[in-house]
Amino acid sequence: MKHDISLTVNGDTYTLAVEAWRTLNEVLREDLNLTGTKLGCGSGDCGACTVIVDGKSVSSCLTLAVEMDGRRILTVEGLAPSGETLHPIQEAFIEKGAIQCGFCTPGMELSALHLLKTNPLPSDTQIRSAISGNLCRCTGYNKIVDAIAEAGRRMDPPSKTGR
Amino acid sequence: MPAAQFDYIAPTTVDEAVAALVNGGKDTRVMAGGTDLIVKIRHRMLFPTCIVNLKRIAGLDAISVDKKNGLTIGATALLADVAANKGIRRHYPTVAEAAGATANVQVRNMGTVVGNLCNASPSADNAPTLMAMGATVDIAGPSGGRSMPLDQFFQGPGVTALETGEIVIAVRVPPPPAGSGTAYHSLSQRGKLDCSAVGVGTMIVLNDDQCTDARIIVGACAPVPMRTRAAEKMLIGKRMTDTLIRQAAQTASEETSPITDVRASASYRWKMVAVLAIRALTDARQMALRKSTSK
Repeated sequence: MKHDISLTVNGDTYTLAVEAWRTLNEVLREDLNLTGTKLGCGSGDCGACTVIVDGKSVSSCLTLAVEMDGRRILTVEGLAPSGETLHPIQEAFIEKGAIQCGFCTPGMELSALHLLKTNPLPSDTQIRSAISGNLCRCTGYNKIVDAIAEAGRRMDPPSKTGR
Repeated sequence: MPAAQFDYIAPTTVDEAVAALVNGGKDTRVMAGGTDLIVKIRHRMLFPTCIVNLKRIAGLDAISVDKKNGLTIGATALLADVAANKGIRRHYPTVAEAAGATANVQVRNMGTVVGNLCNASPSADNAPTLMAMGATVDIAGPSGGRSMPLDQFFQGPGVTALETGEIVIAVRVPPPPAGSGTAYHSLSQRGKLDCSAVGVGTMIVLNDDQCTDARIIVGACAPVPMRTRAAEKMLIGKRMTDTLIRQAAQTASEETSPITDVRASASYRWKMVAVLAIRALTDARQMALRKSTSK
């Protein structure tokens, strides 16, 4: 049996009929063609599928789409809605060389956003802890940590005035 | 591989959830965060015909900290919310730490403390501390409500005392006794975010430096999170010296029956129980002493 759901993704509201067993990850990628959200392990270990639901980062591979009725979802596509101006986190990732193959990047950036919203100027330890649920097999993490710290400085208003 | 198929309901009251479980029988499964349930379905360890999502039941995610009644954590209170709750961090710091040491950020934003208990993994990170603090679970079911001590709730790996149609609606922790100290230490391969290979939770009560009560619970080293009663007995009525802590920790290790699996070997676990028990008991003693000097 299909269930009717209405959810908001990156500001756009969609009304869909979904089977109960389909995950948010599948619906984002297959029905909405938002393939920026990746699927890695499918068991909540790698973080490649991370999206933000009502302000909280979650694994979209373990989230049933049917649960998302009435929820607001942010995917990596929503970080730079115009497709032209990048989000400060994305700019920092590029500048610091925090992207190699790119598979972990969408999840990393959304984990970074979830951290920076509550802790704009995190320590390296706090950054590492915040991305401990996101695996990267290329970078060795240092550049990702640098990028998130840099993004925090850019997003935090006091830093723009030299603090 | 085609996905396993199941139906889904999201009741808005506990009574509706219980009715759905009774009507559906044993292949109807409760879901809170889904972080264990969906993995088990994906890995073809479970084939439910219907999932009953508890997250739409208003008020079931409540957390309350009360001087007289203690701590109550509702069934759908998130691990992240328990870890960050100011009242829990102040009055039940180890409960918050254990919730914060469970899995990773994303899982803590979805998963729940009660779900971690109901999944009944021997390595459940939240079980040792809650058992050490004398927690009970409140259960709703077709024949009404009941409560039981958490240390009687676990029956084996993945098996709890819940009957068909029953749901744990909250876990309750009594107010910590005067002079008490708690601690939880765990080890796992990826920092602390994957399943713990060993975990030790404890609560001790000191009167001056005399230990008047002690509970030591070891996770992931027996079919259920396990009380090491002989080790507890060694501490009670004695001065809690470093030497005594080491002896009790060794006894705790000898009481457990770990197995070798993907996460660690049995011999490593035996050694680490002693190490973690020393750390946990030492930290708990420090907390108890700090509380008594700040009075």
